[in-house]
Amino acid sequence: MRKFLLAACGIALATSAALAGPIEERQALMKANGKALGSIAPIVKGEKDFDAALVMDALTRLAEDAQKMDPAVLWPVGSETGGDTTSAPAIWEEPAAFQAAIDKFQADTAAAVQAAPADVEALKVQFGAIASNCGGCHEKFRIKKG
Amino acid sequence: MGRPGKLIVAALLAGAAAAGAFWVATRPDRLPAATVSELARGDAASGERIFWAGGCTSCHAAPGTEGEARLQLAGGEELDTPFGIFVTPNISQDPDDGIGNWSLDDFANAMMRGVSPEGEHLYPAFPYTSYARMRPQDVADLFAFMKTLPATPGAAPEHRLGFPFTIRRGLGLWKRLYLDDGPVVDFPAGAPDLVLNGRYLVEGPGHCSECHTPRDSFGGAQKQRWLSGAPAAEGPGIVPNITPGEGGLAWSASEIADYLDTGFTPEFDSVGGAMVEVQKNMAKLPQEDRDAIAAYLKAIPPHPNGYPAWQPAAN
Repeated sequence: MRKFLLAACGIALATSAALAGPIEERQALMKANGKALGSIAPIVKGEKDFDAALVMDALTRLAEDAQKMDPAVLWPVGSETGGDTTSAPAIWEEPAAFQAAIDKFQADTAAAVQAAPADVEALKVQFGAIASNCGGCHEKFRIKKG
Repeated sequence: MGRPGKLIVAALLAGAAAAGAFWVATRPDRLPAATVSELARGDAASGERIFWAGGCTSCHAAPGTEGEARLQLAGGEELDTPFGIFVTPNISQDPDDGIGNWSLDDFANAMMRGVSPEGEHLYPAFPYTSYARMRPQDVADLFAFMKTLPATPGAAPEHRLGFPFTIRRGLGLWKRLYLDDGPVVDFPAGAPDLVLNGRYLVEGPGHCSECHTPRDSFGGAQKQRWLSGAPAAEGPGIVPNITPGEGGLAWSASEIADYLDTGFTPEFDSVGGAMVEVQKNMAKLPQEDRDAIAAYLKAIPPHPNGYPAWQPAAN
């Protein structure tokens, strides 16, 4: 019986992970963005030596994740509330402005990969352009919850 | 005079006394003339630092402007509050629509006493409750810097408030309760200069408490819960607790200073909401100012969160 219960729990967990809703998916994507940006920040700050492979890996991941930011998939109608979402109502109230913010993030991350920065000075330019998207979008489209 | 006549006279006298008391109690309280006349000539270069510390553009730049255009200070930003909608005024150097005709005395009284050149009370949506703690010389320097900015024509629309908030005179009573130019957090003698400089920046020009401290039902800051976070003044969500208390900032001083510089938390989450503009302003300050703010925030008393715990929606 105990084994059966454990197995049932395991299946339930696996199922819920596989069926993770858009709220969980977009949160995971944001965390991944933060992680990618955080991996190259010490280089930008001069705390770590420039590492071309690490930089390209992070920029590529950011560009790929940016492409996944389709509002119809990650912010569908019906996912305005629930879980611990911090998405702001403005996402659904002003879809054109939200799409424009996503377009900009996609363009800036794609441009950074294209630029393939070869030294820290070149990276600073791309990093600044990408990073400005974070606050730029969160200013209007994210709320803070207690 | 018969008895009814005497009663009427007594009632009229009592009414007049009450009106007189109200008139006296609500009288706009200007700075002593010497405070301004004894100041050294304002220095525009020093004033630019105060301008960014004070975050003037966050409210007074026309909505949607970017970069240099934010220095036009045409106002027009709407603040939707429980008291009604405040519209930020034009504070550019335009002589008619802005403050181009103001004297330094006019400016200092607006900043530090919340009194307009016409002698009326200003609404505390303009955070003179914090600016009252500024050094008068910093106000003079800020005035000199603002003189270097453009004149932008176009008056902003009027506030749209409900009664009784339309009666400016009533603010005289409010100020008696809430306008206080002394420091909020007391530190023991010998506290590091960095902490005291941070106190000046946070409690004065930076006006951090205006959003980060919960307000009472009259809109006054609850100083016993200083910087413990609050429900957002506009829209849904909260403004975080930035005391070192539980639920507050667990970051090191250098992480706080770094956040103010870059807009990223130690976990590489980003700044959001109204703090986005604030952080851009903080990034324009000298590093020592961000370090001072961080040192102060590490040194203040911890408080539990100044906003109710979030109730997850049933789903």
